[in-house]
Amino acid sequence: MIPYQVIITVKLGFKSLKLHKLRSVLTMLGIIFGVCSVIAMLAIGEGASFEAQEAIKRLGSNNILIRSLKPPEQSRQQTSGGGRGGQIKYGLTYDDGARLQATIPGVVRVLPMRIIRENVRFQRSEVPCQIIGTLPFYPEVTGASVVRGRFLAHFDEEHKENVCVITTGLARRLFPFQDPLEHAVRIDAFYYRVVGIVQERSQPEQRSQSGKMEGQPLDNNVYIPLNASRTRFGDVLIRRSAGSFEAEEVQLHQVTVQMRDLAAVETADPQVKTLLSRFHDQNDYEVIVPLQLLRQAEQTKRIFNIVLGSIAAISLLVGGIGIMNIMLATVTERTREIGVRRALGAKKSDVMMQFLVETVVLAVGGGLIGVIVGVTVPLVVSQLTTMKTIVTLWSVLLAFGISGAVGIVFGLYPAKSAAELDPIEALRHE
Amino acid sequence: MVEAPRNPGSTSASAAVDSRGIIRIERLEKTYVLGEENIVRALAGVDLRIEQGSFVAIMGPSGSGKSTMLNILGCLDRPTAGSYFLGGEDVSRMSDDALSEVRGRRIGFIFQSYNLIAQLTVIENIQVPLFYRGQDLRTSYDRCVELAKLVGLGDRLTHRPTQLSGGQQQRVAIARSLVNDPLMILADEPTGNLDSRTGAEVLELITHLNQGGKTIVLVTHDDKVAARAHRIVRMKDGRIDQDIYRTAETAGLRQPERP
Ligand SMILES: Nc1ncnc2c1ncn2[C@@H]1O[C@H](COP(=O)(O)OP(=O)(O)O)[C@@H](O)[C@H]1O
Ligand SMILES: [Mg+2]
Repeated sequence: MIPYQVIITVKLGFKSLKLHKLRSVLTMLGIIFGVCSVIAMLAIGEGASFEAQEAIKRLGSNNILIRSLKPPEQSRQQTSGGGRGGQIKYGLTYDDGARLQATIPGVVRVLPMRIIRENVRFQRSEVPCQIIGTLPFYPEVTGASVVRGRFLAHFDEEHKENVCVITTGLARRLFPFQDPLEHAVRIDAFYYRVVGIVQERSQPEQRSQSGKMEGQPLDNNVYIPLNASRTRFGDVLIRRSAGSFEAEEVQLHQVTVQMRDLAAVETADPQVKTLLSRFHDQNDYEVIVPLQLLRQAEQTKRIFNIVLGSIAAISLLVGGIGIMNIMLATVTERTREIGVRRALGAKKSDVMMQFLVETVVLAVGGGLIGVIVGVTVPLVVSQLTTMKTIVTLWSVLLAFGISGAVGIVFGLYPAKSAAELDPIEALRHE
Repeated sequence: MVEAPRNPGSTSASAAVDSRGIIRIERLEKTYVLGEENIVRALAGVDLRIEQGSFVAIMGPSGSGKSTMLNILGCLDRPTAGSYFLGGEDVSRMSDDALSEVRGRRIGFIFQSYNLIAQLTVIENIQVPLFYRGQDLRTSYDRCVELAKLVGLGDRLTHRPTQLSGGQQQRVAIARSLVNDPLMILADEPTGNLDSRTGAEVLELITHLNQGGKTIVLVTHDDKVAARAHRIVRMKDGRIDQDIYRTAETAGLRQPERP
């Protein structure tokens, strides 16, 4: 058939379907729901996994994070028999950091952090913050970027300088009118001069829900030299809880090990765990490998896609059977028309093509409506909720292609049976 | 004129001798095997020649083989035995596709129940045979409009069959049967579903076509319809019982078919 005949045949398909509008729409419903659910669910799944992956990537896929954990009550080591409710000692030590740096192959840097919760004051404002004592290469490891001024320098570290770097969010909150640089903020009893403003890799403010992902620093952060933190705050921290004091000795709250590349992360992961277990006889730390989380997220997404694909396949199958059923009825109903067409010169192949095209028009029409609804639903969902949705082009093309294929597969049998009708019998049909 | 079987050895010679015989049927048989013992000979050896421009009415009792005959003439069916030459071409052994082609190019059908296609308009119904010939419908649109005017439906081009009366529908069917400029028009009881007045009008139209040179073969039970034909072929039990010419010079001449 030349393209012109195809166009006429497609138009004919539309005309035949328009003759029974309601029936055609009802027949398409199966495909509409199938295609719509594929696209909408893929968009929601894609959005969720995108968010998870972003959150993980923020941790740095080349990094291994080790975080101090307060061990469970029973297994605590009492370090001092002191009378003050008890002082516990746990977590990562400076030695751990040094050992990791020295023994793990492929390590680029080991970034220690002390994280202390304390209020930060400037003039009359006061903001609860995380005071993070760390080393000058913090930005290189975590991907934070210096927006203004500078980050902490080796000089500050050596001299335990009373300087600090604050995050953009804190700068906005503490210094709504002044320029934070060259002002000093008060933490506890000490004043720290602000020398720079940093932007964390993500903007946790905007996605505070997912931003709290595993140890992700909140936006109210103040960075001070590690040595300054050690000398100003000491290693023993007092925590007031339920009317009693609890003192705990923690040297480092987190150590981020930056590896050379992804391959090095894989080999280093068990080595880090083994090394730490040698020197910790209680379970007072956790190792987080963002790369593995990423892999897991991808794996989860794959499984999600398979489940989704099966649901979609079933609904499209049901839709296809619905179409086939109606087309078989149509062929019976239009037996006379088939006979007439055959008498007027239609070959078997012409009749076949006519009904096949009609089925494909039905299926692809349903697919088209399904695509439109399927693209709209995620838009509405992301408008009404905080859920992120991503409609990928391939999911639209896939859904569309499948609906066309459903049309062909389920149209073949009815079309074939139409073509095989005996013209005389067909003409005699009531 | 007696149409006696010719010398079987000289079929091609006979085609050359009488090129006016657009239909030549020789010892045509159609047998339906319904069971071991049950064999129906719907056509039991029919010889027939129809000249170009003639108007033939086929009559006969029910079950005598008229429809079977017309189906074979219309290339909708193939004979069990015998041969059928249409315009000098042996169509009795053609493939299904080739028969479709012959139907589309050389034969026009008019049915008792009009058989228009419901989802198409008047003009589109007229175009259907051209579509299956692979023609670009835009180039032949004007001609189709002319045909619609010829049958008196020039102002109903975009109407649907359901919006037309029976007589109007049959007129559309007549226009459709003419669109491929066929060798002959086959009509199976074309006035059977119409009241006498519209039936007469339709018959008038068919007669008019014949006067314009179209070959027409129609099956009818109605003597008034048959009265318009030049020739009446009466069938009985799958054979031609009577073959009567009613043209001016041979009117009333009875011619026994079997030699
Ligand atoms: N498809 C068929 N199968 C079996 N017998 C048939 C078939 N078509 C016709 N016949 C038989 O062939 C004979 C001639 O039928 P038909 O040509 O329809 O007669 P008419 O049209 O003159 O009434 C009848 O006996 C009929 O029963
Ligand atoms: Mg009959």
